[in-house]
Amino acid sequence: MKTIANLLHEHPFFHGLPESDLQFLASCAENCVYHEGEHLAKEDTPANHFFLIRSGRVAVETFVPNRGALCLLTLHGGDIFGWSWLFPPYISAFDARALEEVRSIRLGGACLREKCETEPRLGFELMKRFARIATERLQSARIQLLDIYGSTPPEPGTTP
Amino acid sequence: MIPEVYKVIHRQEEYPGTFTLHLESPASPPMVYGPGQFNMLYAFGTGESAISFSGLEVEEGLLVHTIRAQGTVTRALERLKKGDSLGVRGPFGRGWPLQGIEGKELLLIAGGLGLAPLRPVVYRAWQGKLKASRARLFYGARRPTELLYGDEIPHWITKLDVVMSVDHGDNAWPGHIGVITDPLQASDIDGANTVAFLCGPEIMMRFCIQVLLRKGVPESAIYLSMERNMKCAIGLCGHCQWGPNFICKDGPVFCYQDIRAWFQIHGL
Repeated sequence: MKTIANLLHEHPFFHGLPESDLQFLASCAENCVYHEGEHLAKEDTPANHFFLIRSGRVAVETFVPNRGALCLLTLHGGDIFGWSWLFPPYISAFDARALEEVRSIRLGGACLREKCETEPRLGFELMKRFARIATERLQSARIQLLDIYGSTPPEPGTTP
Repeated sequence: MIPEVYKVIHRQEEYPGTFTLHLESPASPPMVYGPGQFNMLYAFGTGESAISFSGLEVEEGLLVHTIRAQGTVTRALERLKKGDSLGVRGPFGRGWPLQGIEGKELLLIAGGLGLAPLRPVVYRAWQGKLKASRARLFYGARRPTELLYGDEIPHWITKLDVVMSVDHGDNAWPGHIGVITDPLQASDIDGANTVAFLCGPEIMMRFCIQVLLRKGVPESAIYLSMERNMKCAIGLCGHCQWGPNFICKDGPVFCYQDIRAWFQIHGL
């Protein structure tokens, strides 16, 4: 049977991290399964966790009155969800809902913050990893905003 | 080159504003062309537009072209009905380098209407006629209702790895929601043994190329189909000149290694 440290080791987010660091972080983590329709996180509620998605699909959504949930992006095995636990006020900005059975590793936000404060070298390494993913997500969101597949591309000098 | 008269024998609406014409010439011998090449389609009384082949090379003498109604000519082509006539000049340009993919993994990366020029390659992959070791299609579109060839894709999936992504989708959409660079980034790609064909909006291709380069795909193994307004289609008028290249004659398919410098020059 795989230990939590083994599962952390398998996830791309932690690739290349020394075994000692994974063991150090393992006490913050637990194995979780979400069934279709269950929420991993809800908008405007305390962001207590950071999720490593092992398998399944997760929709990152926001609710639009009179319209329902609007999906901004989907996340899949190998992705992560959640960085609102990193900064005060530790409140989730979006909903995250399982579109099918989702297997994940859930890490406690407060526990992680404490570990990062205790071990700044590891903290910096994790922050670099979060920053890279945040940058990629920002870049993707910008490309989405461009509406590049539309029949009329944005006019130069205008906002799409 | 004088246009040959062809008749529309079938017209299919892909989604509003985008349609596919099947053309037949009663008089001309079947046209011989390669995937990635294009024809100049002439809407009588309006003008010509460069449109890539999007069907099989040998489809009982038919020409298949998928067109988005965007300008005066393509809007005139949109109004054509079964039995109507139009002029056809071609084939023109350099297509996809299928001879260079033997033993390699082939990545077909299409965005929006960009799937049309790649469909002849998809067909070959689906029929097992490519010499690539493996073929995968990454297809990005605006939303599920704006996917090209929606009725064919389920068949392609039976023999081809197809990854689809839409910018906007609902719960019924089984694929990825987001941009196509995300699943491309997440995929296992053996960079040194991969050849990539890209076709789609230039912005999409630029970002996909960045991902491919990060994955170790060499510039010499990345090919893309470029688009500019064309007029003569034989490299004389200069309408489609792009740096020292004429898209119509030297392209539309280029190796990224050969044109990288021109990507960085705004206004070209």
